[in-house]
Amino acid sequence: MKTCLVVDDSSIVRKVARRIVEALGFQVIEAEDGVEALVHCKKAMPEAILLDWNMPVMDGFQFLGTLRRMPGGDEPKVVFCTTENGIDHITKAMGGGANEYIMKPFDKEIVLAKFQEVGLVAREEETAA
Amino acid sequence: MNSPDYEYLRKLLKERSGLDLSADKQYLIESRLLPLARKAGLSDIPELVQKLQAGSSALITSVVEAMTTNETFFFRDKVPFDHFRDTIMQDIIKARAGRRSVRIWCAAGSTGQEPYSLAMTLKEMGAALTGWRIEIIATDLSQEVLEKAKAGVYSQFEVQRGLPIQMLMKYFKQTGETWQINPELRAMIQHRQLNLLQDFSHLGTFDVIFCRNVLIYFDQETKINIFNRLARQIEPDGFLVLGAAETVVGLTDTFRPIADRRGLYKPNDPRAAAAKPADAAAAPRMAMAGR
Repeated sequence: MKTCLVVDDSSIVRKVARRIVEALGFQVIEAEDGVEALVHCKKAMPEAILLDWNMPVMDGFQFLGTLRRMPGGDEPKVVFCTTENGIDHITKAMGGGANEYIMKPFDKEIVLAKFQEVGLVAREEETAA
Repeated sequence: MNSPDYEYLRKLLKERSGLDLSADKQYLIESRLLPLARKAGLSDIPELVQKLQAGSSALITSVVEAMTTNETFFFRDKVPFDHFRDTIMQDIIKARAGRRSVRIWCAAGSTGQEPYSLAMTLKEMGAALTGWRIEIIATDLSQEVLEKAKAGVYSQFEVQRGLPIQMLMKYFKQTGETWQINPELRAMIQHRQLNLLQDFSHLGTFDVIFCRNVLIYFDQETKINIFNRLARQIEPDGFLVLGAAETVVGLTDTFRPIADRRGLYKPNDPRAAAAKPADAAAAPRMAMAGR
């Protein structure tokens, strides 16, 4: 089973995200901030990381930079999931090594579409109309 | 909703749009028409039906539009757009190398996601299409839907369903909470109001016709009629693209499926297809001659 690290300082968002990501067939680990997320990544690199931007201690963007410089840190697919919905933030995130970007609020359809986009979830042959 | 009301609405929708509702779609009618009834100051569906029967043509149009508008998103089903890039366009680039032009028709263009997805795909093909004249005609039954397609303005939700973030960054401009597709892509598409039940020969002939997720709502006879008329608007070496739940198989021999390319169809040789009605017409005469 693939693992997804959900990084968000809001326990409510983590809970919602967990439910969605588990339904997509992932085992979920949670982290409250970038530092905690790095601890998990040092232990074992997850296949997917759903990443908030604004968090105390270490924000999502700093985390991403540190992750990508770690051994094996280029492996996880990182999908931002943040209220920062400006093109400047999106450009910065993608330039910083993110694979996809979700603007909150989000739902299962969006997470599924983005996970399919980066190859974390296989597409169905074709969805029936 | 009582059954005479339901039958009235079914018949109305069939006549106006070809929409073929089975006998068990009350929920669909209620979910789509109750908000519309309320907006018009009516309390329920029976009242709406009364008003329709009294002949309110504006209301009839709204009802037809509410029932025939379908949810859509960018790069819906993904695979047809891969086929479009890797099979259809590769073929066309070779076949049209001389005249360097391609005409594409989105026959159920809806709110624009499909024609814009095609436009983005073509843009992404870059140098391979330099100097080509590209025409995309997007048609839909609903004027309201066409206006939205023309404006090319989408909500944050809409741009996150099927649209890769790189495409959003590249082809859209953010305005507050909404995103508008670039003028360059908007200029690639002509939007026109069209009912597929009516004559569409004025649109001319196309190299590619996308007609996805609309024929499923029509009955068999209407489907056959539309396929036969589509066949007349397609180049002999053109492509027809249907939705995942749609096929020509068992309905018409004007098109044939392409092996290993689900949803893709080629027109059959028009002479072969035309031979049948001609034979049928010739038969009585031959019988008379034999007499």
